[in-house]
Amino acid sequence: MSTLSELPRRGWTLRVERRLTRPRWVQVAVPIFSIILALLAGALIIAFNHVSPWAAYKAMYEGAFGNGYGIAGTFVKMIPLLLAGLGVSIAFRMKLWNIGAEGQLYFGAFLSGGLALFLPNWLPGWPPWLLISIIVAGGMVGGAFWGIIPGFLKAKLEVNEIITTLMMNYIAIYWMDYVVTILWRDPHSLGFPLTPQFERSLWLPRTPGLFFLPANHRVHIGLLFGLVAMVLIWVIMRYSKWGYEIKVIGENSRAAKYAGMNIARNVVLVMALSGALAGLAGVSEILGIIHRLQHQISPGYGYTAIIIAWLAKLNPIAIVLVSFLFGGLLVAGDQIQITMHMPGAISSILQGLILFFVLGGEILSEYKVRFVRREEER
Amino acid sequence: MSEANPFAVRMRGIVKQFPGVLANDHVDFDLRPGEIHALLGENGAGKSTLMNILSGLYAPNAGEIFIRGKPMRFRSPRDAIKAGIGMVHQHFMLVESHSVTENVILGLDKPRFRLRIKQAGETVAALGEQYGLRIDPEAAIWQLSVGEQQRVEIIKALYRGAKILILDEPTAVLTPQEAKELFHILQRMAGDGHAIIFISHKLDEVMQIAHRITVLRKGKVVGRRLASETDKKALARLMVGREVLFHLEKAPVRQGKTVLKVENLQARNDKGLPALKGISLEVREGEILGIAGVAGNGQTELGELLTGLRPSTSGRIFVDDRDLTGKTPRDFIDAGVANIPESRVEDGSVGNLNLVENIMLKGYRKTPGLFLDYRQWWQKSEQLVKAFDVQGASLRTPARLLSGGNLQKLILARELSSQPRLTIAVHPTQGLDIGATESVRKILLQQRAEGRAILLISEDLEEVRALSDRVAVMYEGEIIGIVPPETPLEEIGLMMAGTPRKTEVQ
Repeated sequence: MSTLSELPRRGWTLRVERRLTRPRWVQVAVPIFSIILALLAGALIIAFNHVSPWAAYKAMYEGAFGNGYGIAGTFVKMIPLLLAGLGVSIAFRMKLWNIGAEGQLYFGAFLSGGLALFLPNWLPGWPPWLLISIIVAGGMVGGAFWGIIPGFLKAKLEVNEIITTLMMNYIAIYWMDYVVTILWRDPHSLGFPLTPQFERSLWLPRTPGLFFLPANHRVHIGLLFGLVAMVLIWVIMRYSKWGYEIKVIGENSRAAKYAGMNIARNVVLVMALSGALAGLAGVSEILGIIHRLQHQISPGYGYTAIIIAWLAKLNPIAIVLVSFLFGGLLVAGDQIQITMHMPGAISSILQGLILFFVLGGEILSEYKVRFVRREEER
Repeated sequence: MSEANPFAVRMRGIVKQFPGVLANDHVDFDLRPGEIHALLGENGAGKSTLMNILSGLYAPNAGEIFIRGKPMRFRSPRDAIKAGIGMVHQHFMLVESHSVTENVILGLDKPRFRLRIKQAGETVAALGEQYGLRIDPEAAIWQLSVGEQQRVEIIKALYRGAKILILDEPTAVLTPQEAKELFHILQRMAGDGHAIIFISHKLDEVMQIAHRITVLRKGKVVGRRLASETDKKALARLMVGREVLFHLEKAPVRQGKTVLKVENLQARNDKGLPALKGISLEVREGEILGIAGVAGNGQTELGELLTGLRPSTSGRIFVDDRDLTGKTPRDFIDAGVANIPESRVEDGSVGNLNLVENIMLKGYRKTPGLFLDYRQWWQKSEQLVKAFDVQGASLRTPARLLSGGNLQKLILARELSSQPRLTIAVHPTQGLDIGATESVRKILLQQRAEGRAILLISEDLEEVRALSDRVAVMYEGEIIGIVPPETPLEEIGLMMAGTPRKTEVQ
């Protein structure tokens, strides 16, 4: 009791208060500051490996963004991240926690891969652009199907979608292993789990050689799919009646029900779109880069997509930027493995650190710290 | 400790500035031991801010606080609790799945390591015994009624040694019976030397329970009265700053066709128990049918049934001779049924969306094609916000920043602008201040004058009688009788308690 009744001392003190609203500069400054902090924390880990953090970061930057080859590689990695990131973002808008982009990507790749292997025999003489269109559509259908299953379970039986989407990732990934080791294995693969290569005419065309890309770059028109999807989602969320319903259901599903919106139908539709975009990521990757089905067609793009959507605060334009950065991070991870002989896991660690600091900053920025004169405070 | 000090609490010159609002402007307040002191004021008058300062939640920008004559500076609620101040918030801070005792000892330093639940439970029971706070210490919170949960909050404060108890609008969530019991408890505690601050904007209960009354308006103290030397009218004038009509002009309206017809409706509540046991009623054009009853007698379920939000187990619902039994909320909306929901925040609005997006919540789908017509809704919203006097916000403001009264006016604007045939209004003025209550009631009467049908569900018996053309009393899922609104209060009260009445209106 005596400490309480002490008369206040002179001087300054800190006060933590909850913010009522977050000013715009905070919304911009916090993520940037968080990324800087993540890089500093990453520097510590790099230093533990007896490597100069400065040299490592420099090598990473130069590997990912320093020249045409690096930028081309970054774009290549960005494509599946962008598509899957947009996919999960639309589900997250409705507070549907679809963490099954990885599985949807794989199942889309499986279905479209099958089409790519067999269509040329079934439809001989059809023009390649038409076959490619069918294959791409097949990939989206595959992803959508893999998303609809948990969507339907959620809508009809209220099964938790976090569990179902996660479990279906494993089904899809191991199904792909079965496909490439037994079902469609290339008899000439010398025992490697691979399907035969797709016909060259079915490979996704490369983007035109933009001024900074080297002549033999591998950036394919999947990038265009991603940008179109970005615009589409932006328009849906901003101007369409459907996007408005998604927003209302996500913000307050009871109010949505009260307003007569059909929540079950929207759950299924949104999971279908979300899955279709992840499926598009899968088909882009196999038609554009790998040109066959194989074990591990994705190093976890579907999971990184969740981080990307979250960091971009579900804003489609920001998803483009963040997936470019994360694409660069993947390339940089490969780079320092080669040049600095460091584990490539550094880029995964950085991914994790960035998410950690951004989420932390997000929560902390709901508060503000003020310096208060003790005298005034009384 | 100076027991001789006449004041349990003295606050002098308290100033609290929020961004854009001066919530407390040099407020003085004092409280004596054994006193029930009401803090009266409209929503946003600064009552809760002042009490949050006293309970250590906010630091004032200026001013002094003395507890039993000693100057105090609270850095956190913990300091305030140590000084013997306990606050019972409007929204309870309880862990639903834990028992009463577990909730009471939650966050305490003692016991340090080993939980002596039994011992604590005995103390809880003893405290309950002492003040008539009957409660089973081993019951889980979710099993308790709202009134019982409130008792747990009070016991929590007493267990921590509170001598000064702050109750923030404690009756807002209670049935009239529970409120009456609470008043008994408070009187007993005051008799035992506790000092009690009672925050409210309900004049009736303030007159009933308080010894002294401090009235706040726009952050300033505008009056301090002894309850024995003032009356409702004078307090209302202080609170609102002008004369308040307690009597509403209800002009006779010619009633037309039957709009709503309900036949032998039955339904279950959330727990799967029968909530409605055969309800039949009709509402005509130009008529307000009031539903009176103690909370929990099926009114909430009836409201949900008549808007498609809850399925019936048997019976029929007709709106304009259209059979809507078993139809979706969408079908009810399309049939012209508007709904002023019981819960403005949870059902009636989307907090993070702006006012325009909230106004188009039901009408957006009328635009043909895939896209929203933002421009049209923007213009419409401008008109409606003006016409319904929604204050304190631009159209871009998220709805969650509106005060209760303004949010309710926004919901009314949305619902009534659709030119509904029938309006289901559930507790339309609950938790609103006098000014907002007055305008909501006027709006409902104006709807009636325009020949619309209204079903009014309210726990405020005065309100039901003032607005309705007929009053149906619900008891245990049945309509126990339909009487004219002039029926004496006591008689309706008896019906609410389950005693049927002979004479009825058709």
